[in-house]
Parts: sequence; C-alpha cells; structure tokens
Amino acid sequence: MVRFSGVHLTYGNGTKAIKGIDFRVDDGEFIFLIGPSGSGKSTIVKLITGELRPTHGRVIVNGFNVGSLRQSVIPKLRRTVGVIFQDFRLIEKKTVYENVEFAMRVIGADRRNIKERVPVILDLVGLSHKKNRFPHELSGGEQQRVAIARALINNPRTIIADEPTGNLDPVRSKEIIYLLEKINSLGTTVITVTHERDIVNSLSKRVIAIDGGRIISDQIGGYFAL
Amino acid sequence: MKGYDFLYFFREGVKSIFSHGFMSFAAVSVILACLLIIGSFTLLSMNIDMIVSEAESSTEIIAFVDEKLSLSEARSIGSRINRIENVANSIFVTRDQAFEEYTEELGEDSYLLEGLEDEPILRHRYRIFIEDVSLTEETSNKIYSIPGIARVNPSLEISQAIVNFKNILSAVTYILAAILVGVSVFIISNTVKLTTFDRRDEIAIMKMVGATNAFIRWPFVFEGFILGTLGGSLAFGAQWLIYNYTVDKISVGQTLINLVDFQTIAVPMLVLFIIAGFIVGIGGSVLTIRKFMKV
Ligand SMILES: Nc1ncnc2c1ncn2[C@@H]1O[C@H](COP(=O)(O)OP(=O)(O)OP(=O)(O)O)[C@@H](O)[C@H]1O
Ligand SMILES: [Mg+2]
Repeated sequence: MVRFSGVHLTYGNGTKAIKGIDFRVDDGEFIFLIGPSGSGKSTIVKLITGELRPTHGRVIVNGFNVGSLRQSVIPKLRRTVGVIFQDFRLIEKKTVYENVEFAMRVIGADRRNIKERVPVILDLVGLSHKKNRFPHELSGGEQQRVAIARALINNPRTIIADEPTGNLDPVRSKEIIYLLEKINSLGTTVITVTHERDIVNSLSKRVIAIDGGRIISDQIGGYFAL
Repeated sequence: MKGYDFLYFFREGVKSIFSHGFMSFAAVSVILACLLIIGSFTLLSMNIDMIVSEAESSTEIIAFVDEKLSLSEARSIGSRINRIENVANSIFVTRDQAFEEYTEELGEDSYLLEGLEDEPILRHRYRIFIEDVSLTEETSNKIYSIPGIARVNPSLEISQAIVNFKNILSAVTYILAAILVGVSVFIISNTVKLTTFDRRDEIAIMKMVGATNAFIRWPFVFEGFILGTLGGSLAFGAQWLIYNYTVDKISVGQTLINLVDFQTIAVPMLVLFIIAGFIVGIGGSVLTIRKFMKV
C-alpha cells in the first residue's frame, strides 16, 4: 500500500516539484500515473523508493514512513518495492541470468533459493531461452523484460515503473504493459508512469493525472477523460 | 537476512579485478612502485647508518696524563674516566707503548726518535671511546676536569662531520618519506576513484534492490585487499632481487664496506609491505566507495 498525505517536495535548488499531493494505492491495484514533462512524476517515484524524503506531509509505503526512516532501514523498504526505468539499467558485463541473480544475491539470499527462483521468474517474463545472452545481444523490449524480472525477483509487494516503454516501439510497449498487467494479476501492486495515450485509453484502469506538482484528476478511464 | 556469503564477495572481488584489468594493473603497479621507492630508500639509509656507526665507534678522544703523575697514579684515573656518562670504554696507553706506536707509525723515519727512548717526550694517555658523538665537546670537558689530566685532544672535526652528516640524512629521510607518502596517497586514491567510477551503475542497482551498505562494500573490500596484498608481495620480491643485485655489484672486488644483509630484515620488511599494501588497498576502496553509497 502506498499513501501520500499533504506531500510537498522542494529540491535543494528551490524547485517546488510537488505541491500538496494526496492519494492512496491499495494492495493489488494497477494504476497509471500520467502528466506532462516536468509535472513531478519521477519525483513521486523517488519519494516511493525513499530516494527523496517529503519536505512536508507523509509518505507511507508498505508500512514504512519514508519521511522518518533511518538510513539503515531504507534497504528494508526497497526490498518491498521493485523499480523499473525507461533506460533498463542492466549491468552490461552480466548475462540475463546473472543480472537477475545479482539482485537476489546482493540482498543476501541463499544459493538454493536463487537457483530455484531465477528460472521461474525468467520463465514468467518469457526469457528462459535467452538467459545466457548479454544485454547488448537483446532487443529493447527484451532488455526491459530482464529489468522486470530483476524487479520481481525479490518478490516485492509493489512494482513501480517510470516510463518503462519510453524507449520502445508501440508493439513492444504493449507487450511490456501486458506483462505488467499479468504481474498485477498475480497479486503485486503496479504503478506505471507513462506517456502512452493509446495504451492508457485501451485499458480501463485507474489513472492519476499530475500537472505542476498537483493531482488534477484521479479516476478510472483514459487519458482523455480529464 | 541470511549470513554473508564471503565466498561470493571474494569471487565478485576477483571477477572485478579481471574485468577492470587495466586499472587493477595500474593500482598494483602504483602500490608496488611506492613501496619499492620507500623500501629502497630505507635500505639505503640503513646502510649509510651502519657505515656511519662504524665511523662513529672508531672516533676517539685522547686524554693526556700530567707527567708529574706516577704510572700507578695515572692508571688509577681510568676508573674515574669510565664513570663519566657517555664514555663507552677507555684504553690506558703507557708512555712506552705510545712511543712504540709512534715509532711504527713513522716507519722509515723512525730514526728520528733514536736515542729518545728514555726521555719523557711522550705522556701516558687514555684512548677514550664514546657513545654519542654529538656530545664529544661536553664529554671532553668533563674528562679535562678530572685532576691529573693535562690535555684532552678530542677529534672534534671528525665528530662534528659525523653529526652533521647524520642530521642531514635524517632530514632528507623525513622529507622524502613525507613527499612519497603524499604522492602515493594521491595516486592510489585517484586510481581507486577511477576503478569505482564505472561501477556507479552497479552500486546504484544494488541500492535500488535493497542491498545494505555493508553488503555493497564487501566485494570492494576484497578487491582492495587482493590488489593491495598483491602489490605488497610483489614489491617485497622486487626489493629483494634489486637489493641483492645492487649489493653484488658494489661488493665486487672490495670488502671494506660492510652492507646490511637482506636476510636479516626480510621478515619485518615482508610484514610491513603486506600491511602497507593491505591498508592502502582496503583503505583506498572503502574511502572511495563511501561517496557512491549516498543514494
Ligand atoms: N534533482 C533535481 N533538482 C532540482 N530540480 C529537479 C530535480 N529533479 C527534477 N527537478 C525538477 O522538478 C520538477 C519535476 O521533475 P520530475 O522529474 O519529477 O518530472 P517528470 O514528471 O518525471 O518529467 P518527465 O516526464 O520529463 O520525466 C521539474 O521542474 C524538474 O525540473
Ligand atoms: Mg520522469
């Protein structure tokens, strides 16, 4: 569960990126977060992952109060949130399998669990047959699937994707959104930041629209419902 | 959270050394070069120190006994001389012994002394060896104040030269060591900075998925440990070869200069080199990755 109440965020240079935001995403929901460039979408993502702390107000993520979290507890919060970015952020020197395994290793999972779980997740994203390839040997859509597998590997309660389809063609984009929907149907909360009107319009999901650091609409339906 | 998988950290550290082959090579080379310079300089100053100590222990103060004193009276002064602080030991030389020595010294010209054997031209004397050459003047004044000592002939020039030389040597040692330490810290921190630089992404990913800072640090610690220890061991080996080679070159055809035997300092040097490499390697990587941890 993610809850923002009266959240403001001002960057160090004085930019007021978020100017009073309230919303709540319950467990198991699938929502789109839309808005023009510079409206504050990525800032909201960073508030959810604990990369930023609210200047005012409260951000609660899966039971963690982001504003008052001790530095040493932040890793615990992050294990409950899987993050996906537009630019994939894979390790070029590692294979598909190793990239996914890496995310499990570095939180101290034991080897037997890793051996069991990585193939299951690679299967879920449809990349079992390419597990020994390196990122540069994959298409953009496939690379994003690796990133999704990595976000899922530690079984997070929430997946948050910041423009996951920004670098992909329309067909690949649809495939990625369908994959996120499938993940959501398996029980994970999914928050997707996107610019893709067609996709948002074609799916009847909850859409939160941001502009100038404020929520201007929060309802079920498409981009043009504003 | 499960217990740490140290084998994993170690393997990651080794992997990263090979995947950043050039930078690893550079780091090891820098550690090796700095230790080699510091080590060579230490060996040089140890040798100089040894040569100087030999010179030091052979400088002596001659104290002449008043001719009015009898032989036994002259002899009895010895215990008072030995009691003076800074006197290592003293040798009593009778008038006759001194005469003989003098005759020998003159060699072919010894005929000059013929017929003078029974004349009191020479005095009984003490040859005095002291511990600290820098206190020569003070010590000779004390000797002079003993009743029955007529004249003291301290070889002040030689002892002053030795003292000056030692002072210059230690000043040079400190300055050079300070410069080298500064240079090595600078080069190593830059090397480590470059190595960690292209891993910012990797660290960011680790933080993103919820790795703890301690966990993130470990592979880097192992990497620094391996590189540092490797640099230290290689420097030791190189130092050994270079030193023995140099000693062989110097010793050819002469036995006058006694040089420090590498074997006698091998163990402490190995230990120090490895500790230095260890500290520099681990310190360098821990300090540098601290900057990348603040995500
Ligand atoms: N680190 C930062 N320091 C200062 N200002 C920032 C920083 N990051 C973002 N901003 C500013 O905050 C505002 C919101 O930025 P944010 O990245 O959240 O927008 P966005 O909605 O994600 O835009 P886009 O669709 O282009 O990704 C913008 O005005 C931006 O310039
Ligand atoms: Mg953005």
